[in-house]
Amino acid sequence: MLDFLRQPWPWYVAGPLIGLTVPALLLLGNKVLGISSALRHICAACVPAGIPFLTYNWRAEIWNLFFVLGITIGGFIGYRVLGHPDTAAISAETVQDLQAQMGLTDFSGLLPKELFALENLSNWKGWVFIVLGGFLVGFGTRYAGGCTSGHAISGLSNLQWVSLVAVIGFFVGGLFMTWVIYPLLF
Amino acid sequence: MKYIKYLVLGTLFGIILTKSEVISWFRIQEMFRFQSFHMYGIIGSAIVVGLLSIQLIKHYRLRSLSGEEIRIADKQYTHGTWLGGIIFGVGWAITGACPGPLFAQLGSGTAAAAILIVSALAGTWTYSALREKLPH
Repeated sequence: MLDFLRQPWPWYVAGPLIGLTVPALLLLGNKVLGISSALRHICAACVPAGIPFLTYNWRAEIWNLFFVLGITIGGFIGYRVLGHPDTAAISAETVQDLQAQMGLTDFSGLLPKELFALENLSNWKGWVFIVLGGFLVGFGTRYAGGCTSGHAISGLSNLQWVSLVAVIGFFVGGLFMTWVIYPLLF
Repeated sequence: MKYIKYLVLGTLFGIILTKSEVISWFRIQEMFRFQSFHMYGIIGSAIVVGLLSIQLIKHYRLRSLSGEEIRIADKQYTHGTWLGGIIFGVGWAITGACPGPLFAQLGSGTAAAAILIVSALAGTWTYSALREKLPH
């Protein structure tokens, strides 16, 4: 059992469990799954600065912050307590591509150290990957009105065509970065 | 404490994200390079299960624990839906993380995640400040 828990869980176990979060939140408290809103609530709580979009009663949405705090604890339990293989079980082709194209050699951990080590903040890589990348995630999800959980999972589950537009956008941006910009950067 | 249930559910969600390696940058690169079914299987089966559950909830008009009628607000289209979607997609391919995984990475003790979250907050704040000037 512990061996099973330590291995990466297959998609057909993880996917349905993630899907069940949608009815669990609805049944527990009439809440819709969506994580990027937490970023807005944190901004509204910490630096509202008189901005109309950040001036609202964020306390009414505090469940969302508890959910996100839970995800953080879950990351600790999943990675540190249950244990985890040091390298993700990605395909051999991906390893080859990342080696050949981006010169990555270290495949351990969750993020490649060659791009995301904090020392990189003294060169362009750190600023692109850690600062700009994070900025685009926060800016884009709010502009789009949701992220992978809010649009792809909750939105598509509820047959919202708006969410389909958003998800197509997610992939257009992601594929553009992967296939057009990465080859230019490296 | 009425919020404990969300803390517990979030914890389970975080464990699933971590154990399925959804929070790994390498997995997201593998997805965008179409080199494995893993991420597509996860997102696809999550949607199917979510969809069936919502249909059941609507069909049987289930109520939440506190007895409220379950209502899911319709999402409204704006031009930001696709403009912002593309911007997020670029960020997703760079960081290998959506907002949920960022918090799970933080919990795993990955140092960069702390800065990524601060950058994401700066992005959300900047959007909020510029909102009136952006096409919607």
